[in-house]
Amino acid sequence: MINSLKKQIKNKGRAYAYLALCTVLVVLITGTAKAAVGFLLIFGIPLFFMEKMPAYATLGERFTRYMFLVFTASVLVFLIAPVLIIMPLSFNAEPYFTFTDGMLNFDSDAYSIRWYLDILHNGMKDPAATVGWWSDMWNNAQWIRATRNSFFIATVSALIATFLGTLAALGLSRPEMPQRALITSLLISPMIVPLVITATGMFFFYSSIGIAKTYTGVILAHVTLGVPFVIITVTATLSGFDMSLVRASQNMGANGWTTFRRIIMPLILPGMISGALFAFITSLDEVVAVLFIADVEQRTIPRQMFSGIREQISPTILAVASILVVMSIMLLTVLELLRRRSERLRGMSPG
Amino acid sequence: MTTANPSIDQTDTLPLKQKLAKTTAIQRRRAFLLTLPLVLFLLISFVFPIGQMLFNSMHNDKVSGVVPKFAVAIQSWDGQGLPSEEIFEIFVKDLAIAKKVREVGRTAGNMATRINYEMPGSRSLFTKSARKVGKITEGPYKEALIKLDKKWANPQVWLTLQRASHDIGPSFYIAAMDMKYNEVGEIVQADELYQIYLNNFVKTMWLAALITFICVLLAYPVAYLLAILPLRQSNLLMIMVLLPFWTSLLVRTTAWIAILQTEGVINDLLVYFGVIGEDGRIQMIYNQTGTIIAMVHILLPFMVLPLYSVMKTIQPTYMRAALSMGSKPFNAYRRVYFPLTIPGLAAGTLLVFILAIGYYITPALVGGQDGLLISNLIAYHIQKSLNWSLGAALGTMLLVVVLIFYWVYNRLIGIDKLKFG
Repeated sequence: MINSLKKQIKNKGRAYAYLALCTVLVVLITGTAKAAVGFLLIFGIPLFFMEKMPAYATLGERFTRYMFLVFTASVLVFLIAPVLIIMPLSFNAEPYFTFTDGMLNFDSDAYSIRWYLDILHNGMKDPAATVGWWSDMWNNAQWIRATRNSFFIATVSALIATFLGTLAALGLSRPEMPQRALITSLLISPMIVPLVITATGMFFFYSSIGIAKTYTGVILAHVTLGVPFVIITVTATLSGFDMSLVRASQNMGANGWTTFRRIIMPLILPGMISGALFAFITSLDEVVAVLFIADVEQRTIPRQMFSGIREQISPTILAVASILVVMSIMLLTVLELLRRRSERLRGMSPG
Repeated sequence: MTTANPSIDQTDTLPLKQKLAKTTAIQRRRAFLLTLPLVLFLLISFVFPIGQMLFNSMHNDKVSGVVPKFAVAIQSWDGQGLPSEEIFEIFVKDLAIAKKVREVGRTAGNMATRINYEMPGSRSLFTKSARKVGKITEGPYKEALIKLDKKWANPQVWLTLQRASHDIGPSFYIAAMDMKYNEVGEIVQADELYQIYLNNFVKTMWLAALITFICVLLAYPVAYLLAILPLRQSNLLMIMVLLPFWTSLLVRTTAWIAILQTEGVINDLLVYFGVIGEDGRIQMIYNQTGTIIAMVHILLPFMVLPLYSVMKTIQPTYMRAALSMGSKPFNAYRRVYFPLTIPGLAAGTLLVFILAIGYYITPALVGGQDGLLISNLIAYHIQKSLNWSLGAALGTMLLVVVLIFYWVYNRLIGIDKLKFG
């Protein structure tokens, strides 16, 4: 600790002196000592992480480098802060979207888990009941119903999307594929076409064949929207695929299905799983198609959040959002592990 | 060889070239068959519905469905003065039948709504006349109808009816382009007050361009930092880009509401640091500013990731070579590094622009009044005003713009190069 501080002073002593000078100037100009805190948060931290510049670097170069770090640090904070800031806010004891004085003073009374309980209670007939509480919660609580819907729709549509998408990706990555560019751009277009247009078209068509306002309609829509992600991830895995493995397997007398099951599938499995996860998360996050096609019966979590934000904005939404953030952290971890595994597998295969 | 092994010549009558062609054809078919299930699925669940919507934007049978005989008869009218007595008679009789049958979607009310799009204020004329039309039992029908409501003596009503009798016509595109038919049936600019759609289109394009530009400004340095840092550190920082990318859209929008609202975190901080007074809190959400900030945040990863993947491949030795040959750092950057990043820049820019132009959820939640984009207008016409043909026409125009950019993207970069994480 002391050593690293010493190193900081030794390498960047002059820079720290300038920073201190600027801080004093800022305080003098604004006339409040509080300004120093904000100024140091923005300009001090990047300086701490700045690497030692070579001796020949001019003052201008050093300053440019430093400002570059300040800027990128701010952008990264801009990216991550909103996602993280909702977590402490969701433990607010008051029904506000803002930090209360009590929360800032770390007063334990100012924090509570009431909004997390509200996720369970909202819509229940009798949250205080001891008998039949579980079934009441499972069947009547709005958020629980939305969660069940979301997971059901997302699971089914991710499975279908992965199946269809993997088949298509296998075809697309064959060198003999005719009209590859055209078909690829068709298969990826659901990601590009504005959701409102897709949803409008589906709404008219699904209404005319009687599957609007049903689970089937929502699932079909979500399969459509999830497919591009499966195509992209599986094609990426297949791009490094060694076709001589397939020939070797056929040479040794395996038929097409055995080759797929024993040779291709294990190698592209990481890509398939991450494709499935992408499709799953797309469905879990999708709200426009649900707004157009689904009925109250098929309300999903994002649909519930959408009306929550529009109609009765309460910290319950923040609690749900925090849970979803934790879920995406877990998902990101799984994806990263899969990516590493895929790289290892491909690194091992010859060629 | 052939004499030593005659069996080859006897069984394989086809030349090698043809055999190869046959095998390739089989393999091509096999590859295509693998994609076929998905292609069929998307054709049914995605392409066909959108095609049907395009058709809806041109097609509207609300007049010919209600007064079918009249819709045919009115075509013979030359548009001078009022239609003949004969046409009036057919109209009155058709209307009386429609009144009696009352088929869903084929009532005088439906027709009134359709005409009202082009002649605001004419709705009551139709509904009122339809109620009383049964009383007219004998001619002269022209006078009787005009006695019922003297607006029937206005040739413009009949001109509009004649136009709307065509099932297929461009009238909704004309409305979507902020134009209308004037009294004599020419296409003119709509009144200033009704010019919403083109302005909104321009606004959408302009906001999408602005958001893309801000994304470039913010993403370029970040991608550069990620590309030059050692892998361990850059992976750590990459999480800060990927986590928001994988967080639910609604979660991020909610977060921005919590941060930007007048009682929100930013305003609290500004008040705390004394930048603004307690009563000077800034309205940053439920307007255009809120839409821009939230959308930049949501679309920024789409810019960082392609830039990063391109910058990662640029050898640091290029810059060193330029510097060692005596170039000023800025010049070396401008003439060596920057041109190499253009593919990533193009990919990110096009992707962000395409996504921004069709955005719906974020503007709907944080856009307030002036932050609404064209998607919100389309959704309004589909869900609220129920003017489906106009919504479809606006949607088609948006789709064309997006498809042009998608085509450019495919041409320049190729959609299969897209990667996540």
